[in-house]
Amino acid sequence: MKILVIEDEIQLLKNIKESLEKENFLVETAMGFETAMEKAMVYAYDCILLDIMLPNGSGLDILDELKKEGKQENVIIISAKDSLDDKLKGLDLGADDYLTKPFHLAELNARIKAVLRRKDLDGSRFMELGNTKLNIENRQFLVDGTPIPLNRKEFDILNYFMLNKSRLVTKNALAEHVWGDNSDQADNFDFVYYQIKNLRKRLLESKSGLEIDSVYGVGYKLIVK
Amino acid sequence: MKLLNKSISYLSLSILAIVTLWAIIFYVNMLQEIKSSIDEGLENYKRLIIKNAEHDPSILTKNYFDESFFTIHPIEKQEALAFKDQYLDTIIAMQDADDQALEPEPVRMLVSAFESNGKFYRLKVANSMVEEDDLIGELLWDVVWLYLVLIIGILVINNIVLKKLWHPFYSLLAQLKSFRLGTSHELVRTNTTVKEFMDLESLMNHLLQQNINAFERQKEFVGNASHELQTPLAIITNKLELLLENAWVNAKEAESMAEIYQIVQRLIRLNNSLLLLTKIENKQFFDNRLVSINETVDQCVRDLEDMATFRKIKITVNAISPFKTYVDIYLANILVGNLVKNAVHHTSEKGIIIIHITEAKLQVQNTAADGPLEGELIFSRFYGSRKETDRSGLGLSIVRAIADLYGHRVQYGFDHGMHSFEIFFAPNKPSKT
Repeated sequence: MKILVIEDEIQLLKNIKESLEKENFLVETAMGFETAMEKAMVYAYDCILLDIMLPNGSGLDILDELKKEGKQENVIIISAKDSLDDKLKGLDLGADDYLTKPFHLAELNARIKAVLRRKDLDGSRFMELGNTKLNIENRQFLVDGTPIPLNRKEFDILNYFMLNKSRLVTKNALAEHVWGDNSDQADNFDFVYYQIKNLRKRLLESKSGLEIDSVYGVGYKLIVK
Repeated sequence: MKLLNKSISYLSLSILAIVTLWAIIFYVNMLQEIKSSIDEGLENYKRLIIKNAEHDPSILTKNYFDESFFTIHPIEKQEALAFKDQYLDTIIAMQDADDQALEPEPVRMLVSAFESNGKFYRLKVANSMVEEDDLIGELLWDVVWLYLVLIIGILVINNIVLKKLWHPFYSLLAQLKSFRLGTSHELVRTNTTVKEFMDLESLMNHLLQQNINAFERQKEFVGNASHELQTPLAIITNKLELLLENAWVNAKEAESMAEIYQIVQRLIRLNNSLLLLTKIENKQFFDNRLVSINETVDQCVRDLEDMATFRKIKITVNAISPFKTYVDIYLANILVGNLVKNAVHHTSEKGIIIIHITEAKLQVQNTAADGPLEGELIFSRFYGSRKETDRSGLGLSIVRAIADLYGHRVQYGFDHGMHSFEIFFAPNKPSKT
């Protein structure tokens, strides 16, 4: 999978590149408007991460040009502007998603994979990991083919972990993703731990071969034994 | 104290002093005038008696006061020659219309000596005098009346004149009272030709304009600053996430990093709240659609359910009637979300939260851990965040800002150990598209 990251802030670019390479993506980068336009038009990518505010131009122009040329790239806009106008304009122009800075790397992973899965129609229904399978459509969790009942939150958590397997998922990222915007001001994430505890029990009881490790109290990591 | 009352209190005191002084002087002068007029009468009387005595010596034997009000006693020559006319204030028993019996009354008496047919006599002539205590009493009442009439007159004149004169001032004052930074765009103005008020008006407007400019600059600065902070905050967050993934980090370092991570997350929340406030204040939300408050509340309660359940807090939604209003859906979610979140956060374990929805009103009640809060202050920025370092302290000010934007009224109350936050929805229109 090839991903083009268009971002003018070098440090952010480095972070995204490092994170995506851990997911075994091939990552190309562009920092300026011209290079970005050139790369986007010449090569084919599976996904383009696009910063809107670039020196010498707007990311929206690149998006516009891509669609005019009939290129089918998945585009996720990354913007520091949490503006509804920009979001609507971007989505109207054919962007697949819109992510506001600052974001969690786990969330970026999840968004990219969701976009890629939507494109790849065949693989869209299942996510496989070890001896387990997650059916996104009918929200079923299978261990060695046997369905294991999970409640709504447990399923969402597991889904998020599987999109970020072997990666750090911080409690903040998890709470925001699963519990929504209203959890972002939570001062303690004990309620997250409570659900994780239940999920761990289910994973263990079902002999799934999946394990959720704690990472220095800041988050969790899903690993395959 | 009002200007009007103040001026009247000064005036009434000084008038009291002036009137009192005037009354005393008037009394003394009048008494003197009366006496000198009586004295002239007595002098005339004396001459008449002496003249009459030359023709009618029987008069010379009259040695007691009767209806003719004089006495004559014979005296020695030496005494008579040494005698000088004397005017005396003295008292004689008399009875007049308003007296039951003889009463001592003040009289003016002339004591004189004269010679008639070679003999010497002492003559006492009396005339009734004004009674001083009656005079004083009468005068006192007159003065009191004068004083009252003056005060009432001044009161009325002051009221009319001051009100008329000070009208521009009060008008400026009223306009200044209703002035709100950020919402009022009109400067104060008054139609006056009085120089002082014109100066006041222009000075006020100068100050207001400076304030408005400072306020705008500050708003712009907060907006820009929080906006510019987004990228650095993203970099720090992501760098820490990557660092914490590394296997070579030792536990102690990792814990410090985790702490830094949480602080950065707090910074992000704070920054997001400030951005949101700026956006609300700049009226950057226009997409007003018909939103069901009931559904918004239900969704919000679902989102916060786990948080509440974990702390054994029971949330009850009491929807008496369905209610829909025109509002930006994003802001509706934040408005309801912040209220309920605030309630969840401040309810002690095993407490309850009750949400009432009625026509045009939303009420969120929760069990209070302590007593009532300071009604107006809780909606101000960073109230309470001093005690609790993890909270942004902006949740309720965002509620207030959204309510202000739509003209809704927010009210805090405390009843039976429950905090209560009420929003009274004002009618709103869908946004024009």
